[in-house]
Amino acid sequence: MGCLAFKKETFRDDYTYRNSPEAIHRFPFPFPEDKYMYSVNIEPHVSIKPGSVFEFPFDIDEHYVAECQDKAITLAKDPGRYAVLPHMMDAQWDVLELIMESLSRDYPDQFKLTKDGNRWTWHNLPLGIQDTFTFGDRSTMAMDPFEYIGRQTQGDFVLLDQREGTLFADAGCITSQADWSLAFDVGMSWHQWHAPVPRATEIGVMDRALKFMMNLQLGSPVRRLNWTMTINPRLDTSPENYPQWGTDRNTVTPENAGDKIHLRVELQTLFRLPRSNGIVFSIRCYLISLNELATYPRWAKRFHRILRELHPDLIEYKGLTKFHQIAVDWLARFDDGAALEIGTQPE
Amino acid sequence: MSTLNVRVAAIEQVTPLVKHFTLMREDGQHFPTFSGGSHVVVAMDINGRTHRNAYSLMGSPDDTEAYHISVRRQEHSRGGSVFMHDNVVEGSQLQITMPVNLFSLSKMGRKHILIAGGIGITPFMSQLHDIQRNGYNYELHYAFRSLEHGAFSDQLKARCGNHAHIYVDRLGQKLDLRELLGSQPLGTHVYVCGPSSMVTAVLETARELGWPENHIHSEQFTAPPMGDAFTVQLAKSKTEITVPNDITLLEALETAGVNPDSLCRGGACGRCELDVLELDGEIFHHDHYLSDAEKASNRKIMPCVSRARCTHMLLDI
Ligand code: FES
Repeated sequence: MGCLAFKKETFRDDYTYRNSPEAIHRFPFPFPEDKYMYSVNIEPHVSIKPGSVFEFPFDIDEHYVAECQDKAITLAKDPGRYAVLPHMMDAQWDVLELIMESLSRDYPDQFKLTKDGNRWTWHNLPLGIQDTFTFGDRSTMAMDPFEYIGRQTQGDFVLLDQREGTLFADAGCITSQADWSLAFDVGMSWHQWHAPVPRATEIGVMDRALKFMMNLQLGSPVRRLNWTMTINPRLDTSPENYPQWGTDRNTVTPENAGDKIHLRVELQTLFRLPRSNGIVFSIRCYLISLNELATYPRWAKRFHRILRELHPDLIEYKGLTKFHQIAVDWLARFDDGAALEIGTQPE
Repeated sequence: MSTLNVRVAAIEQVTPLVKHFTLMREDGQHFPTFSGGSHVVVAMDINGRTHRNAYSLMGSPDDTEAYHISVRRQEHSRGGSVFMHDNVVEGSQLQITMPVNLFSLSKMGRKHILIAGGIGITPFMSQLHDIQRNGYNYELHYAFRSLEHGAFSDQLKARCGNHAHIYVDRLGQKLDLRELLGSQPLGTHVYVCGPSSMVTAVLETARELGWPENHIHSEQFTAPPMGDAFTVQLAKSKTEITVPNDITLLEALETAGVNPDSLCRGGACGRCELDVLELDGEIFHHDHYLSDAEKASNRKIMPCVSRARCTHMLLDI
């Protein structure tokens, strides 16, 4: 991806965010079948399909610069979105190393990392950043290593510490969460953090997921897709700012549905961190409007079936109640009722 | 599970029974850094059968050029350690897993008490790097049989200064657990690795003194014991396999091409847990993972270390 062109666009106020045809084509459409089942659906985070969002450990796309700018706005308005407990310093360096090494290897035209022993120089061309620091020495950086790299990577990050037979979310850089939230206090344990998920709280699912994560191995990251829907291409749909975006749900009409209603897909990945034995949980958000989605009628047809059959509990949980029916009606025109093959491909 | 091909770069006889192996990657790349207390599983080809033993990494987590393990010769074990001592030479090729940590320091601890017996010193060798790098408050208590068996004791004294306390059994030096554990500030964590009598003594003393359960940490890789051969039936793969006397149930399953998950291969992590659907005999549970109630129910088995005497055991795999 030598020729990444970064778009000038916004994720708030005038909402100029749009996907190019290439971005639409690589959108991580999450529905291989007509019916959506809540499942843990975890798979190894290995590279597949050049050009896809699964090609590299951390995906950088045309929205990179605009998204980092939006992140900076959110952090400036609410510095509490970045929080870290003091014992997480090893994990902070771990995640900085993981992301810098991945980006400089996978996007050599955009990111460069040179090491002279522990003296590292990081060059982020798209954002025009160049810094030299001593790896492992906090005093050589202008901010925490986790905040530094978190501000330069798309998506949200939570650092988990493993102790006492469970995982604690002891650091977070959260600027684009959907309905789950880092209102989320740092220091919460796995079970406190996951308490509100309906249909997944039955003892068992969460316990098994926890066991699985505690066994996560170095060098074998995993991923899963999750989804919801958002009105307007807004990244920061945090509970704290509900007044600023919650009412957008009342503005959807059959006429503007194609523009306003977005499918929001989260690519969630988990990596074991080497020095700290912690885990980084990354949540990368992809947004696509119904109009954009419908440039591939196969996707519109499948999404129509998913939404039409969605369990009322999930409609409620995902916050779709106000516009669910409008979306189903809008998508219906693409659905001729004919059978669709299994798979998430656009055509 | 991702594995790495390594070559033995150096072997050092540390004590009459302990050898220290320096491992380098075959492909010339660097190893990943790791966290103190991690181990790797070494795969050995012994007479056409693959044996796998877990060994703690004892080098500095920041040294990515080489990994270091130490192996104590266990005369009466199934042969893994004897093989490492007698058959592995400088230049030998081995396969190891990526590091796994089941014995990590609790980063919230206000003070850390490390208690090692004999070869149980190895996980602490790497933990000490983390402790010193982070400036944690700690004490190391290291007990061994006689002066000639005190692997790395001089090196440790030099590294830890007056944080290190050495107990030589032959010289009548004894670690008084009650006194040690009875006089620690709130928020202290204790870690023990060594022979099972020592581990049990530490766990019991700490519990009696009212230490919170999650402040007590132990690591004890059970060397899988030998036993009599037995036969098991596999419900999902619809076959029957026999487990010979010197091979674990896990290894027998792997040889048969059924691949259950595994991580520590020492009865500690819980990853290999299998459901027992039917059983007409008795299970010998050798793991440290299942609760006593689970063990008594005979509905679960950890195939990496546990065996059975039975004519019929149906496993859900
Ligand atoms: S592999 Fe860890 S308990 Fe069996």
